[in-house]
Amino acid sequence: MSAGEVLLEVRGLHASVAGVEILKGLDLRLCAGEVHAIMGPNGSGKSTLSKVLAGHPSYTVSAGEVAFRGIDLLALEPEERARQGLFLGFQYPVEIPGVSNASFLRLAYNTVQAGRGGEELDPLEFDDFVRGRMQLLEMDPGFLDRDVNEGFSGGEKKRNEILQMALLDPLVAILDEADSGLDIDALRIVSKGISALRAQHNAVLLVTHYQRLLDHVVPDFVHVMSEGRIIRTGPRELALELESRGYDWLTGAAAA
Amino acid sequence: MSTAALQSLVNQPYKHGFVTAIESDVAPRGLSEDMIRMISHKKQEPDWLLQFRLDAYRHWLTLAPPQWANVRHAPIDFQDISYYSAPKARPKLASMDEVDPELRRTFERLGVPMHEQAALAGVAVDVIFDSVSVTTTYKARLAEAGVIFCSFSEAVREHPELVRQYLGTVVPPADNFYAALNSAVFTDGSFCFIPRGVRCPMELSTYFRINTQESGQFERTLIVAESDAYVSYLEGCTAPRFDTNQLHAAVVELVALDRAEIKYSTVQNWYAGDENGIGGIFNFVTKRGLCWGTDSKISWTQVETGSAITWKYPSCVLLGERSVGEFYSVALTNHHQQADTGTKMIHLGRDTRSTIISKGISAGVSSNTYRGQVKVGPRAQGARNYSQCDSMLIGADCSASTFPYIDVQNASARVEHEASTSRIGEEQLFYFASRGVGAEEAISMIINGFCRDVFTQLPMEFAVEATKLLGLKLEGSVG
Repeated sequence: MSAGEVLLEVRGLHASVAGVEILKGLDLRLCAGEVHAIMGPNGSGKSTLSKVLAGHPSYTVSAGEVAFRGIDLLALEPEERARQGLFLGFQYPVEIPGVSNASFLRLAYNTVQAGRGGEELDPLEFDDFVRGRMQLLEMDPGFLDRDVNEGFSGGEKKRNEILQMALLDPLVAILDEADSGLDIDALRIVSKGISALRAQHNAVLLVTHYQRLLDHVVPDFVHVMSEGRIIRTGPRELALELESRGYDWLTGAAAA
Repeated sequence: MSTAALQSLVNQPYKHGFVTAIESDVAPRGLSEDMIRMISHKKQEPDWLLQFRLDAYRHWLTLAPPQWANVRHAPIDFQDISYYSAPKARPKLASMDEVDPELRRTFERLGVPMHEQAALAGVAVDVIFDSVSVTTTYKARLAEAGVIFCSFSEAVREHPELVRQYLGTVVPPADNFYAALNSAVFTDGSFCFIPRGVRCPMELSTYFRINTQESGQFERTLIVAESDAYVSYLEGCTAPRFDTNQLHAAVVELVALDRAEIKYSTVQNWYAGDENGIGGIFNFVTKRGLCWGTDSKISWTQVETGSAITWKYPSCVLLGERSVGEFYSVALTNHHQQADTGTKMIHLGRDTRSTIISKGISAGVSSNTYRGQVKVGPRAQGARNYSQCDSMLIGADCSASTFPYIDVQNASARVEHEASTSRIGEEQLFYFASRGVGAEEAISMIINGFCRDVFTQLPMEFAVEATKLLGLKLEGSVG
């Protein structure tokens, strides 16, 4: 993967959940080496976009196409998308009682490795590997022995998501509200982790409400989403403008 | 993954559903005193045992089938069942090589080792086919240690005084409807006797196979561990696929004297009926252990995956001071299966302790009930119980219920009960999928995690088997 190569191309995407259309003709292009931020008011469809791209079964795509490195992404099962290098960091990661984080992370790692022809790790090798990545996120090794997300604080859950991104080394990472519910310290740690993973071979899509995350992870592009479409794309400064002026001036313009 | 697709992962064909073509000596259907005399005569039993049967039968006639369980089925016609079925006229066997080759092939297919050389290292097996024991392995080696392990019929012939001393002491014939029926018509089963101070040198195991369509299986198992003795025992069961229901009504009695320990494990995989609920075994079983001696311990571990209906409450009567009772259970139901299972811990002695860990997994349109009783008698000073009952639902059409009964008559007792219900839902499976892990592997991981506390109680080989079995049972329930 070289910088500038198109990794993800979304064209005219329409999608609905429970019979209600949420995405209404969305276009987006991510190239290797880029960080994009999607902002927008509540209900504009930001989380829906994340879930549709990852293949959540509750969402139906009615029109449009998504090419992932030239492959028809929408034709792939969610697990196949992950194996091809797509990653979704969840806004609300689910708890999986009874399954230790260590075995979950190793299964995920080995499955994705197997999918891309990489080397799988046995529990001891994986333990060394994962501990190295955990240092990046200032995570206590005790995390490994706890059940997946069970009883984790909001900040711990978010760090666990970024840890998974660090392990799976995706080509396209979609991070849905990676900053919500974080205190200042946790925000710093999560942002540092994301910045460290940003590379020439991958692209990151930050879905966020607030521009504070963007102080730490500086995006190349900021998109404003409203009513299921991207209504404005601009440089990093657009986020600052949104912070001071709100969304009304844009959404009003869209309606006019 | 839709909910409908979620269902389809639990659907794996039953692998043990074949029938062995073997000539059997099957008694005509119906139950009467004459039938009981016939069974007793066929087995050349002493008079006291015939009398035991007849008393049980006469009492049974006064009873009605229990209605309290959370299961539904058409009334069972007890006159439409054959109470005795045995492979025909086999000569007395001196060694394994004389086992009918057809039978040997059957058990090879089921993965049950009948040759000692080929057997799982360190496991002695008693093999029961319909109403009779076919063979018992490692008898000689066990005898050297003083351990008696043989079929129940043989025990009646060879060790009548032991059988007579303990039979019915834990589960009296009048205990309940199915126990009374079993006491009247039981045909075979296993007998284990571990003498004072002996640690049984290998795992003991009984494999039960129902083969005949019209017959029921009524086995009787009795395990006695004298003072300071230890034994670990495992029971496995399968049956062919028939579109009628077969009745399995067993009684298992355990007796542990001072400082003795009995570990009893079951991996139950009777035919469960098809996906529409046609056929399958009705499993109405009474299992109870008596911690008679001080510091004795009885531990039940069960993995229940089969049967159309499971009605089973392996229990402990904690009579000896400081005796310990344990119950670890995984019950999985799919399709139209119904399970009403749990335990009773009856604390009678001082400082007795019990632990109950129950994991119910329901899929399809099945119903899974935990029913457990913890009773602390007035003299059970310092008794303690901890119960944990967790239910897991796969899909939206199954159900799980928990009925704990707690009866404490001693103020110093401590009884704790925890319960939880979770559902393997779309969101969990999507989470796995978004990390590249498909639904089958995800479910297997969730289920194994859920059952971990129980699986660690099983002997190693069987823990592996149980894990595989649950995987098979759940395959196809999510798509």
